[in-house]
Amino acid sequence: MAIAPRLPAVIADRASLVFLASLAALALAAPILNLAVPESSPLHLSSYAVGLIGKYLCYAMLAVAVDFIWGFCGILSLGHAAFFALGGYAMGMYLMRQIGPRGVYGHPILPDFMVFLNWTELPWFWYGFDQFWFALVMVALVPGALAFVFGWLAFRSRVTGVYLSIITQALTYALMLAFFRNDMGFGGNNGFTDFKDLLGFDLQSDATRSSLLVATAVALGASYWTCRAVLASRAGRVLRAIRDAESRTRFLGYRVDAYKLWVFVLSAVLAGVAGALYVPQVGIINPGEFEPINSIEVVIWVAVGGRGTLYGAAAGAVLVNYAKTYFTGALPELWLYALGAMFVGFTILLPHGLAGVLPRRSGGR
Amino acid sequence: MATARPDPRAPVPDGRRPGVPSGMSGSPACLLLAACLLFCPLPAAAETDDQGFRTLVGEFAGANFREKEALVERLAATGHPGVPAVLTALLEDRLFERERDGRVFVVEENDERLAAFQLLDSASLADVEAVDPELLRRIITNNRLRRFLRTTMARFGLSGPDAAARLDAVRELLRSLDAPTLDLLRRRALRETDPDVAFEIETALALEALDHGYPGVRLAAVETLSGRLNPVVRNRLATLLETNEDGGPLEADAAVRAAAVDALWQIDSMRNVYSVIETVAFGLSLGSVLVLVAIGLAITFGVMGVINMAHGELMMLGAYTTYVVQLSMPDLIGISLLVAVPAAFLVAGAAGVLIERTVIRFLYGRPLETLLATFGVSLVLQQLVRSVFSANNRAVVTPAWMSGTLQFNEAFSLTYNRLYIVLFAIIVFGIVLAVLKYTRLGLDIRAVSQNRAMARAMGVRSEWVDAMTFGLGAGIAGVAGVALTQLTNVGPNLGQSYIVDSFMVVVFGGVGNLWGTLIGGMSLGILNKLLEPFAGAVLGKILVLIALILFIQRRPRGLFPQTGRAAEGA
Amino acid sequence: MKLIHAFLVILAVAVAGCGGSGDAPDATAAGPTGDPIKVGVLHSLSGTMAISETTLKDTILMMVDEQNARGGLLGRPVEAVVVDPASDWPLFAERARELLESEQVDVVFGCWTSVSRKSVLPVFEENNGLLFYPVQYEGEESSKNVIYTGAAPNQQAIPAIDYLMNEVGIERWVLEGTDYVYPRTTNRILEAYLKQQGVADEDISINYTPFGHSDWQTRVSAIRRFGSAGKPTAVVSTVNGDANVPFYLELANQEVSADEIPVVAFSVGEEELSGLDTTPLVGHLAAWNYFQSVDSPVNSEFITKWKAFVGDAERTTNDPMEAHYIGFNLWAKAVEKAGTTDVDAVLAALPGTTTPNLTGGIAEVLPNHHITKPVYIGEVQSNGQFDVVWQTDDTVPGDAWSDFLPGSEDTEADWVTLNCGNYNTDTQVCSGQNYE
Repeated sequence: MAIAPRLPAVIADRASLVFLASLAALALAAPILNLAVPESSPLHLSSYAVGLIGKYLCYAMLAVAVDFIWGFCGILSLGHAAFFALGGYAMGMYLMRQIGPRGVYGHPILPDFMVFLNWTELPWFWYGFDQFWFALVMVALVPGALAFVFGWLAFRSRVTGVYLSIITQALTYALMLAFFRNDMGFGGNNGFTDFKDLLGFDLQSDATRSSLLVATAVALGASYWTCRAVLASRAGRVLRAIRDAESRTRFLGYRVDAYKLWVFVLSAVLAGVAGALYVPQVGIINPGEFEPINSIEVVIWVAVGGRGTLYGAAAGAVLVNYAKTYFTGALPELWLYALGAMFVGFTILLPHGLAGVLPRRSGGR
Repeated sequence: MATARPDPRAPVPDGRRPGVPSGMSGSPACLLLAACLLFCPLPAAAETDDQGFRTLVGEFAGANFREKEALVERLAATGHPGVPAVLTALLEDRLFERERDGRVFVVEENDERLAAFQLLDSASLADVEAVDPELLRRIITNNRLRRFLRTTMARFGLSGPDAAARLDAVRELLRSLDAPTLDLLRRRALRETDPDVAFEIETALALEALDHGYPGVRLAAVETLSGRLNPVVRNRLATLLETNEDGGPLEADAAVRAAAVDALWQIDSMRNVYSVIETVAFGLSLGSVLVLVAIGLAITFGVMGVINMAHGELMMLGAYTTYVVQLSMPDLIGISLLVAVPAAFLVAGAAGVLIERTVIRFLYGRPLETLLATFGVSLVLQQLVRSVFSANNRAVVTPAWMSGTLQFNEAFSLTYNRLYIVLFAIIVFGIVLAVLKYTRLGLDIRAVSQNRAMARAMGVRSEWVDAMTFGLGAGIAGVAGVALTQLTNVGPNLGQSYIVDSFMVVVFGGVGNLWGTLIGGMSLGILNKLLEPFAGAVLGKILVLIALILFIQRRPRGLFPQTGRAAEGA
Repeated sequence: MKLIHAFLVILAVAVAGCGGSGDAPDATAAGPTGDPIKVGVLHSLSGTMAISETTLKDTILMMVDEQNARGGLLGRPVEAVVVDPASDWPLFAERARELLESEQVDVVFGCWTSVSRKSVLPVFEENNGLLFYPVQYEGEESSKNVIYTGAAPNQQAIPAIDYLMNEVGIERWVLEGTDYVYPRTTNRILEAYLKQQGVADEDISINYTPFGHSDWQTRVSAIRRFGSAGKPTAVVSTVNGDANVPFYLELANQEVSADEIPVVAFSVGEEELSGLDTTPLVGHLAAWNYFQSVDSPVNSEFITKWKAFVGDAERTTNDPMEAHYIGFNLWAKAVEKAGTTDVDAVLAALPGTTTPNLTGGIAEVLPNHHITKPVYIGEVQSNGQFDVVWQTDDTVPGDAWSDFLPGSEDTEADWVTLNCGNYNTDTQVCSGQNYE
């Protein structure tokens, strides 16, 4: 794509600059506060907090992926957590293979759960996952391919709006049921856990954690930039046209299906990468990630932050998840009330999310 | 043979019996009992006097299960008129030991809510006293003992006046045929007038005849048994074809073996036919549940274009309403469900109107936003129920008229509760259809959904219609919740487990078309059940979902797409 | 704008209103003085597992109260730190890290499902924490940092099979489970055990259904058919949680009575039955290490205290609660023995520590970090309680590695002499946690 020359324009708006700058600051500060500042200092950032921030950033990336298609192309996917989880599973498979003979049963090749189920050899789809590059390719390829097939079928036959939302939900629901099956070879309900190391670095060490956080911040920044770049291009304008009047765009001669398909695939790949970064940081991946409610929650992050702004989506993800961490710790009974009120309140009172409030005060965009 | 001999050791005045006379335990005792039951009216057989009987019953206190089993046998052998009452009491957990003196009594009614239990004398069933349940210790039974009790009781039932009871008794006896039982049945066969009972007795006697020394008798027995669906028959016939240790056939006669092969083939093919019918029936039943949970959604989603994610929670409200109704009328469980239906409709309907007035009316024309807002509502409702009723599941009692099965034959029966739910789904569907078609409200609803502006211009109060439509959809969801109490957990998660399914049904059937919902739900149910035996429950469901996704690609607007301008919305 | 304001006010009021009640548990720490000893409680208070786990949180709070009433531990007050992992498995790991790293708790009581335990395990091993896990589980695990106070398969499943085979005379078996690791492992162990006992292949049927399976028509019909082959048949159910109610309802509807085909369940207790009309279920069985109906003085005292603590006379007690009762007392004793709450010292003191259980026996921590337990078989009564119809003569020591699984028959766990959770007696190699 001929985007490179337009690079300055891509992130020229102030909000984007603020977003990327604060992301960079976070990526620099967190490791320093965690690794260089002694534990006794009040400025010290605990590894627990590093893990939390890393997790929030993964969610932010997922939210950006959802906002990209929902906010700019009008595709409300209620199954995006599925792509996130698939990316996570691909990474998880690599991490499982890395355990090698250090598993509970000490089997050189088979992960513990396969020994547990009395399997004698590795299923074919596990081949290659002992190589990091292969896992990386799969992290993008699997969600991308699924999105391609699904999107190709859906957009070609003009499944839109609510119908699309509901069948994306069916998709993630079907995947959840499938991954729950122990016979599938993905560890069933327990999924993957007890990871040891990534590229030879101990996942338990603070340095690795900080590096993962930095990697996530970079990935988030990169995906933000990619989305902005696409949106700033001619294609971006077509996407917005599709969002606002799909039929009209089609009548003007644009191949609406193709545009939608490609942004859907791109969004799925971003979600997959976010999932891949998520898994080593939280240390577990299991079919619970596919649950339909997770995908719906992602949409609410976007709605809270502000649909159609990307940075708002990222901020919304961090904010809602911080609230969740806080509430489930301090007032567990209240969490669902608060979350529910957030859903209702933001859709009715703040349809443009928090981002919709801010720029107006600072003089518009 | 004609009269029972008195027990030589009874009565023992002080109530402690040293042991069991060996001749009285085991099948001879049954034989004796059987003979007695057949040929003498019960009161005349009261050769064991009451005191001895009481003593014997008293031995239940402190006995282990095996001892109790022996005791039941000895009791039955006494021929005392109190035997059936005591054994029934034991079976129904109504036999208690009084802690202060270790004596055993029958209790009139074992109900936890009673402050005092009325003790009855085991021999005469006369009132003794009312006692605080805390001062009593129940004589407990286990499965094996209960099984034994039922068989023993069946022998009593065989000569009863009620044909249905006799039928049950014979069926019970069929499962454990031994020489004295067969003797009993043979005698009964001579006097039996009811054709069904006679048929079952014939089965039993034919089963016995399979062991006859003369091949011709065995052949005739096989022919009699051919086509009888009782599993006992099939299992017994199958053994004819097995081989003994030397590799030779168990059944020596080739003609009998051939007849057995035929009979088995016939039985198996009939069983296969019935199992297909059964699968379809299961599918219809699952389908009717799907239809029930989807009708409300078909109204809110299909007619109003509101994606109501709180639909499941409205069903949950209906289910909890049922629970509360039952709590408030503990003595009228039988009709509680009937009361719960309108109650649930009102509660869920009111909740629906409230949701519409406070949330949804701000969001018309923005279906995706209604999805998010109602999802929020669903979370609040769930947590509300948790706060009020706790996270634990609640027990909703199944009324007696809904339990049990409608038995067509030994291979095929339908459970009443499923039958009622199919019926209920059809009735609800019919009512909703009629409301939409023949009432003023229905006319308004259709008018507003087809062209809001025009309807308003014609003087329809569209806001009021919106509220009523949503209330109707929500109320129907509540009614579905009443049905769900009979099938699944009544807990805060009840709604979530059905929400995906109900959306699938509506989308599959075609939005805005009630008939689509009916046919969509039924066919998804049947498809699911047809796949389940082959693919397993999980894979079956996954396949259905994939099929559905592919179907939507082919027909984006469902089975029965809405036509006209309204379809171009969203 | 006015609306937003109203919205925020409502939220604020709600938060303030609930804030007061949230602080309540601390009120009792009046007696002992000094730095409190912190006890982490890691049980889901929301989400699908809240049904089961909230009770366990309350149990630990009650135990903490009692300990404080007795003068605390080592002269210091005991303080419970409750967090909510919300039935979300990654959140379990996060919360565990919070407890161990931020709150610096001395011990954690928590987890219910296998996956939640697996999720927190690396966190406990990394931070050298101490977890008491109170639920019956699939075994095949022994961590230095976990004390398993629930039953291993040999303390629940195998005795139940023995009872059915020998006392009831069952010859044909349906192993019905939810598709996850606990049923899968238990059923594999049981299958191996049954075959060893001479049960033929065609007399064993194994089937798995998904979580929350609600339409049991086909399965129950299949069970009925399997059971009509002329041999006494039983169902061994490892069906989990929410799927149980529809399962039992369907059994009742299709008139599969307990004296025809008894169902013995390993995860249905008093708590689950309280959500069910038990009349049609009378006679179905459960195998546990504790029943509320077990008649012993300690048990009646515990039940009375429990009902008073939760302020609800209808509340039941159950097996995992007893496991927490035992676990807490074992921990308190070990702390007193060690004179410190330091995890290594407590872990060294734990094996061999004993405490009375609620059924009149003694629970002892074994070197493999499991405990000794009696096994009871109970039959469901119409009042939702169980009649104990059989029990082991003595307590059964928990076996971390099943003798009936090919992978683990020569594996041993011993944290006292071998200092290893899975030591292969054949190759004399220690793998797993201590692998270098």
